[in-house]
Amino acid sequence: MSDNFPPDQRGPAPEDGTRRSFMKQAGGILGLALAPPFISKAERLTALSRKVEGVSEMQLKVNGTVRTIRAEPRVTLLDALREHLDLTGSKKGCDLGQCGACTVLIDGRRVNSCLTLAVMAQGKEVTTIEGLAKNDELHPLQTAFIKHDGFQCGYCTSGQIMSGVACINEGHASSDDQCREWMSGNLCRCGAYPNIVAAVREVAGNKS
Amino acid sequence: MNNFAYQQVDKPKDATAILRDDKQAAFIAGGTTLLDLMKSNIEQHSQLVDINLLPFKGIEQTSDGLRIGALERMSDVGESRLIVEQYPAISESLLLAASPQLRNMASIGGNLLQRTRCGYFRDPAFPCNKRVPGSGCPAQTGDNHNLAILGVSDSCIANSNPGDLAVALIALDAVLTLENAKGKQRRVPLNSFYLLPGKTPHKENVLEPGELIVAVTVPAAAHARRSTYLKVRERTSYAYALASAAVGLDVQGGTIRSARVALGSVGAQPWRSPEAEKVLTGAPATEATFRAAAAAALRGAQPREHNRYKVELAQNTLVRALTNLTSA
Repeated sequence: MSDNFPPDQRGPAPEDGTRRSFMKQAGGILGLALAPPFISKAERLTALSRKVEGVSEMQLKVNGTVRTIRAEPRVTLLDALREHLDLTGSKKGCDLGQCGACTVLIDGRRVNSCLTLAVMAQGKEVTTIEGLAKNDELHPLQTAFIKHDGFQCGYCTSGQIMSGVACINEGHASSDDQCREWMSGNLCRCGAYPNIVAAVREVAGNKS
Repeated sequence: MNNFAYQQVDKPKDATAILRDDKQAAFIAGGTTLLDLMKSNIEQHSQLVDINLLPFKGIEQTSDGLRIGALERMSDVGESRLIVEQYPAISESLLLAASPQLRNMASIGGNLLQRTRCGYFRDPAFPCNKRVPGSGCPAQTGDNHNLAILGVSDSCIANSNPGDLAVALIALDAVLTLENAKGKQRRVPLNSFYLLPGKTPHKENVLEPGELIVAVTVPAAAHARRSTYLKVRERTSYAYALASAAVGLDVQGGTIRSARVALGSVGAQPWRSPEAEKVLTGAPATEATFRAAAAAALRGAQPREHNRYKVELAQNTLVRALTNLTSA
């Protein structure tokens, strides 16, 4: 069953080929300090001592692919995804970490991308809603959202699904009450909550 | 959000040196509170110093008790088996706080430095003595329904740290380890770390400029093992408390040998209540005792127009927390 949860568990191979090509591309950048075994201490300290001001190049690994953007340090991961990488599945709701519409996974953990700086997400595995499906095959939770009508307007949906995937993997969806508590960081103004709980619970049940 | 420079460091002295030389710089760990404040134009910083590589990690039992590295995340600390079993109030306070996403991001040190949710502080269109010293406090006569009733002043009635963790930590005698720009460490009990507003509500704690929180230590004790955190809020989940209570008791043969009590969201700072502890210690673990302790805890309350309900709510919250603890 773990095959149904690939992106947040182990991540697909980078499209540009090998891990080495990723490391090569990313060489010398700040975020690489977060992957120490592959670079020498001297290189790491050089990277560390660099102060980033104004627009600079950043490399983000999103859905298994390393992509380069030029942005200021104040650009959030959410804005980097939406405005620089055309990955508009992650939504901007409140932009203050209160609604959950921007939820993505970083190294498998769900976070609010609106309160994450893109510059600090370098060297990590970012998974967005666009990275859940395998080609044309939807992630089981995406299928369950369709089956259970887990949305109305759809604005919160990608955040709900990303949060739901993490919630299931964390083992926090073993009852309706537990599911509601651990999905409370994702607001739905249409009030599709009963259907969202049904979808998350179904996939959690199938997994266990 | 204003533009800023960014730098990652891996040595505490490098981090503190930057803040010593640049008064407008700030540390960033999880960023959940800092970026929120910056996006809301409540704080502006010239540069952010990423401290996530500093060696302030680990959750372990030491000879001094539980030691939590300041860079540990709320989710990891809240679900730590050691803490769930030996310091349940700390685990509960963390898992009832914020959302799973925010808990995955937010560090323990940052959590302790979060700032008030007072609507006047959060809206730069209003005066606020905490944000702009001397500008005034509209909360005194305005919308103060979720503001503090203990330790308040005519300058400020905000619950300065609105979080949950600090309440549990203060109840259980937590001590912070701090490190300054000279590399010198000092230990400060959390209960004397926070400052009451008085005439200077912009001074919220005793941190020196550039000083870092390294770790939190909590002594092992019977009242820590038997502790709980109760949070009352406007909705079931993902909201700040209207009132909360962290309590720890050592009860033997029906008599309370030692007691720890702190209240959340009713004090200008997380509110340890030696008055309640005095009533509880040596008394029988009965509802009458709990009621008397709750009355003692709220005796000094100074409510305003819209938060009078908190006097009763906080007492009931404390009584229920103590009842839950002794009936379990």
